[in-house]
Amino acid sequence: MGRIDTRVWLIVIAAGLFVCLAYVPAIIREGDLGFAVSDVFLYEAMINGLLLGGVLALLSLGLNLIFGVVDVVWICYAEIVMLGMYGIYYLHSFYGVPLLIAMPAGILLTAIIGYAVHELVIRHLLDSAPINQLLATGGLLFFFQSVATLAFGIDFRNLGVSLGSFPLTEDIYISWSRLAAFIVAAACVAGLYLFLTRTFMGTAIRAISQDREIMTLMGAAQGRLYLISSAIGGGLAGLAACLLVLQYDVHPFVGLSFGPITFMICVLGGLGNMVGGFIAAFILSELIALGGYHFDLEWGYVFAFAFFIAMMFVRPEGIMGRRS
Amino acid sequence: MLSLSNVNAGYGTFQALFDCTLEVNAGEAVAVIGPNGAGKTTLMRVISGLIPARGGRMDMEGRDLVATPPHRIVDLGIAHVPENRRLFPRMSVEDNLRMGAFVPSARAAFSRRLEFVYDLFPRMKERRHQLAGTLSGGEQQMCAIGRALMSEPKLLLLDEPSAGLAPVIVQRIFELVRVIREQGLTVLIVEQNVQQVLRVVDRAYVLEAGSIRMSGAAEELAASDEIRRLYMGL
Ligand SMILES: Nc1ncnc2c1ncn2[C@@H]1O[C@H](COP(=O)(O)OP(=O)(O)O)[C@@H](O)[C@H]1O
Ligand SMILES: [Mg+2]
Repeated sequence: MGRIDTRVWLIVIAAGLFVCLAYVPAIIREGDLGFAVSDVFLYEAMINGLLLGGVLALLSLGLNLIFGVVDVVWICYAEIVMLGMYGIYYLHSFYGVPLLIAMPAGILLTAIIGYAVHELVIRHLLDSAPINQLLATGGLLFFFQSVATLAFGIDFRNLGVSLGSFPLTEDIYISWSRLAAFIVAAACVAGLYLFLTRTFMGTAIRAISQDREIMTLMGAAQGRLYLISSAIGGGLAGLAACLLVLQYDVHPFVGLSFGPITFMICVLGGLGNMVGGFIAAFILSELIALGGYHFDLEWGYVFAFAFFIAMMFVRPEGIMGRRS
Repeated sequence: MLSLSNVNAGYGTFQALFDCTLEVNAGEAVAVIGPNGAGKTTLMRVISGLIPARGGRMDMEGRDLVATPPHRIVDLGIAHVPENRRLFPRMSVEDNLRMGAFVPSARAAFSRRLEFVYDLFPRMKERRHQLAGTLSGGEQQMCAIGRALMSEPKLLLLDEPSAGLAPVIVQRIFELVRVIREQGLTVLIVEQNVQQVLRVVDRAYVLEAGSIRMSGAAEELAASDEIRRLYMGL
């Protein structure tokens, strides 16, 4: 059970790093531990990191689900989120569809896109070399960006809906849209977990991700399970779009601001491992939030990427990944 | 029940089976023996559709296997226990068995089949919540056989069920083949344990370098000097 031990150690080390990153810069700057511990803005940054982590966890979940089942990494995943954001934006701002209808429609749209990506592209490449599959989904990334540019222009568009914020304490304000995003993302993660562990179809999806050939022996048409997973993965992208469109502007390149981080989360957690991705989402989001708090927002990303690269040396198979 | 005539198969440009002709009658137990790399596993995989036959005919109860898509083979009553067991290692024993009942007809009869398998392997019932990957080798083999039985097959394909198991467990696996036959199943089994397998089957085929070299009743083969010398080390 040496594997469990390493995981426990990793969590201890991560917690230690977290505390260091949280307090050490403040102590150095102020020369006073007491100030650092009572710094409300630090806690606000931590909470915002947690809230961001929820959405990143949701994004990584969809990508991991597809990878686990189909064994192809959808480099274009965040661009599907972008298309979902545009869908919701246009339905709501252009056609005046209420958000509560526009959002499910956006989810349906991305589920259909997910289905189509598999049916029209991936299905034909299942026996190709992995590099060709990657290049194809990379090509889709640019295709989606170009289509969006052509159709919608490069303007930044904003839903113009603000849910406002509320005071958690006297000094800490939490944005409603971020909190809602976190809660919905957490609920979806829980729902997906229940689907995968408690339903027959979910069990079949886990089984095919462990041994696809054997599922054929059991009588499963692989193609159908692939399509179901791709559509669910697409739908999760749409769900993330609902949460993100409340917080960010939409533009054709918005995918680039969370696509790479989503991919890193999946790799850091162990590609295809949903539990690992879930943990990694919060590790990276806290790194981004705390780095951003102590230095600049950009520094947060620098820390996150540096941590990612360092982890690739220490544990290339990912936090929860299995050595093959 | 199952008949193959002049079946060829291979991987890429490599041909692994040459004009294999073989027959398994209902209620029989038939063994395929032969050295490592002879093509025994390939033969099993062609029958269950995991690799396509390149020419030749294969029928199961008069229905054409060559034209049947791989995931439909189990509907014809064929269940394959693959080499190295190939359980879903990070799923519970019961979820593994659940996947064995994937086809709609078996899914409808799930609880009845589960009871049947648990009666056959009480150990599996005790371990039903344990992850399959953490079972001992013998238990994994029971789970793999149980999973195949979940679909209520008529013909069971067993690919080296005794490989890598301790001698006591090997004994139990062969006893199990007897029990399975008593349930009315037809068995096609690949084995390296030639001496033991010839005691539980009716007939056997000898496969060498992708071709069937010999076939006959189990006692005849067990008595043959050539078989005793080549495969039993006697
Ligand atoms: N996936 C594969 N790709 C290429 N060659 C293979 C593959 N699997 C088996 N072979 C070759 O096919 C031949 C028969 O293999 P196999 O059917 O596994 O033999 P057996 O089960 O009798 O030991 C061997 O020469 C083996 O090297
Ligand atoms: Mg073999």
